[in-house]
Amino acid sequence: MTFLTQNPTVTSLWEFLKNKDQIPQRVFTPPPARYGGRHTVTLIPGDGIGPELAHHVRELFRFCCVPVDFEVVNVDSSMASEDDINNAIMAIRRNGVALKGNIETNHNLPPSYKSRNSLLRTTLDLYANVMHCQSLPGVRTRHKNIDIMIIRENTEGEYSSLEHENVPGVVECLKIITKTKSLRIADYAFRAARATGRRRVTAVHKANIMKLADGLFLECCKEVASGYPEISFDSMIVDNTTMQLVSRPQQFDVMVMPNLYGNVVSNVCAGLVGGPGLVPGANYGEDYAVFETGTRNTGKSIANHNTANPTAMLLASCLLLDHVKLHAYASMIRRAILSTITETRLHTADLGGQGSTSEVVQSIMNAVQSTGPQTLSI
Amino acid sequence: IWYGHFLLPYLLNQILFSIALPQFLQLSLIQTVTLIPGDGIGPEISTAVMKIFEAAEAPIQWEERNVTAIQGPGGKWMIPPDAKESMDRNKIGLKGPLKTPIAAGHPSMNLLLRKTFDLYANVRPCVSIEGYKTPYSDVNLVTIRENTEGEYSGIEHVIVDGVVQSIKLITEQASQRIADYAFEYARNNQRASVTAVHKANIMRMSDGLFLRKCREAAEKHKDVKFTEMYLDTVCLNMVQDPTQFDVLVMPNLYGDILSDLCAGLIGGLGVTPSGNIGANGVAIFESVHGTAPDIAGKDMANPTALLLSAVMMLRHMGLHGHAKKIEAACFDTIRDEKVRTKDLGGNSKCSEFTEAICQRVRDMQ
Repeated sequence: MTFLTQNPTVTSLWEFLKNKDQIPQRVFTPPPARYGGRHTVTLIPGDGIGPELAHHVRELFRFCCVPVDFEVVNVDSSMASEDDINNAIMAIRRNGVALKGNIETNHNLPPSYKSRNSLLRTTLDLYANVMHCQSLPGVRTRHKNIDIMIIRENTEGEYSSLEHENVPGVVECLKIITKTKSLRIADYAFRAARATGRRRVTAVHKANIMKLADGLFLECCKEVASGYPEISFDSMIVDNTTMQLVSRPQQFDVMVMPNLYGNVVSNVCAGLVGGPGLVPGANYGEDYAVFETGTRNTGKSIANHNTANPTAMLLASCLLLDHVKLHAYASMIRRAILSTITETRLHTADLGGQGSTSEVVQSIMNAVQSTGPQTLSI
Repeated sequence: IWYGHFLLPYLLNQILFSIALPQFLQLSLIQTVTLIPGDGIGPEISTAVMKIFEAAEAPIQWEERNVTAIQGPGGKWMIPPDAKESMDRNKIGLKGPLKTPIAAGHPSMNLLLRKTFDLYANVRPCVSIEGYKTPYSDVNLVTIRENTEGEYSGIEHVIVDGVVQSIKLITEQASQRIADYAFEYARNNQRASVTAVHKANIMRMSDGLFLRKCREAAEKHKDVKFTEMYLDTVCLNMVQDPTQFDVLVMPNLYGDILSDLCAGLIGGLGVTPSGNIGANGVAIFESVHGTAPDIAGKDMANPTALLLSAVMMLRHMGLHGHAKKIEAACFDTIRDEKVRTKDLGGNSKCSEFTEAICQRVRDMQ
């Protein structure tokens, strides 16, 4: 979805001079960095199952001869200093794209220790979290034919981390909703719907209770909706949304919402299509893009057991390849992953099977090899 | 020595005094319950419940009251004083759906009731109904939601044009109260574990405080297992395998979303009971669906939600025998599939459904 974060490049100086007095927009976007024809991508392994999945991604990319080099930046979640995460942020600024595992947040530490993932998202202004949940063939779920795109505001709302205790025993946590960010995310949602040919956008809110905050969000969505007449817009209260999702999820198309409801709805949808091991997630900003698993789990309990499902991380790496315009590689790997998913005997524990991570990755590599393009020998 | 002369009286004594007498005692203690029929389909489903309770010979006497917002001295909105007095006297209430008129100038009736009686805990047991098929079977969990503060404090400001701030309030006292209630409920209803649902990795201080209070309550109730889980993990696992959850306790917003999610798992708000526990021993049990004005008065409503809430009320009052009877009759009728209201996929009228349940209850006596 690079079209959404980059405007068409200006082709001549004349065009630039003609348009320079108009509303300032980004008229020139440098293409993704390519040194010697190869892209450099920041890789943050994270905690839990992150490192092993990152290793599998590199293995697969090396096998498929994908022209991507990974710059690995480790973030130690147990350290109180923010140097590690600042290094990671600088690396992402340098490279423009990143693939990341989840960094654990120990919530027993004092409030001055901010969540590293949250810090990364807000500093790089990755305002849109996009999660595309679709029913995959070969995965048995209670509901079929789900195809929902969830667009979640990623930087403000309840995740502003602004808390204080004025009176002992009374804690206030601020939820901030701004007009600019709400307009921005609504615009992103409608552009994404238009670009992918989707017909309906649903805004999820709780404006009957939080009249000003979610009311502002809803107003912004309505304002943006008026500029896209071919896309129908409706809104739904978040508790009704979750009820509808577990009874009839097929009714939803694109959903846009503030941060916390996005968390709930995206996890519900991920559960509906088969679990956290299957859905990739993408965080897009104006200048940067970071890809990760959709539900951002650390998977501490299954770390290093070779039982984690690599599908989510590998599909996230395909999204990354699409972002840097290596579409051929992306489709090749995606096809191989989908053909592996249909084989029930290779399902990992989260899908009810007994396959191991390495078996799944091996099968994907076999599938890639059999489709023809040059690969390294197995 | 021949003890036979004493055997029969001894047995009779045992039967009468240890098993039957408690029932006799209960029968003589008829309890009065405030009934608020509500709007829309409220009156017809309340009548249905009253009929079923009569058939089951439950020791309940109903005191009907109407709740419409009136403006008291000083312009403050409040519920009618006779309703308040009735509830304070009886302590137990059963409420049908109330409509919230838009732009009436007064807050919603549910909010007024909550404030008047300090209803701090909203309890929603979600049990799969055998006869009503949903993609999820074997759901058996209870959501306990803090009902007075949290994200729904209603404190919002416009900081500058285009920037709005909404305040989520978490207090030590309210968190402690709800945590204690959750463990008491688990203990009284033989539930094995309590899970606190939070988002303390992001909202460190507020959910951190809530979590601390839950941990303290867990220390005081060591016989109930305590776990903590992030909100997103709960949502993820709930739609994949709801059988792993037992009692869930959480602040207001998460509770709102999760309790409706669980209601969706068992078939929607039309079949979900709910109870609100307040300070001073007040408890109001209600059906959480809407007033359904389009089918009001047409004998099409489904009284299941209100009936199951009334059963919850019986359990709260300790009348487990009657509760079991009525609940079994209700579930059997739904499972039978012969008389079902329209929302459950059948064609029967509300009165037919009610009559079927009454018949079953009478047969059980």
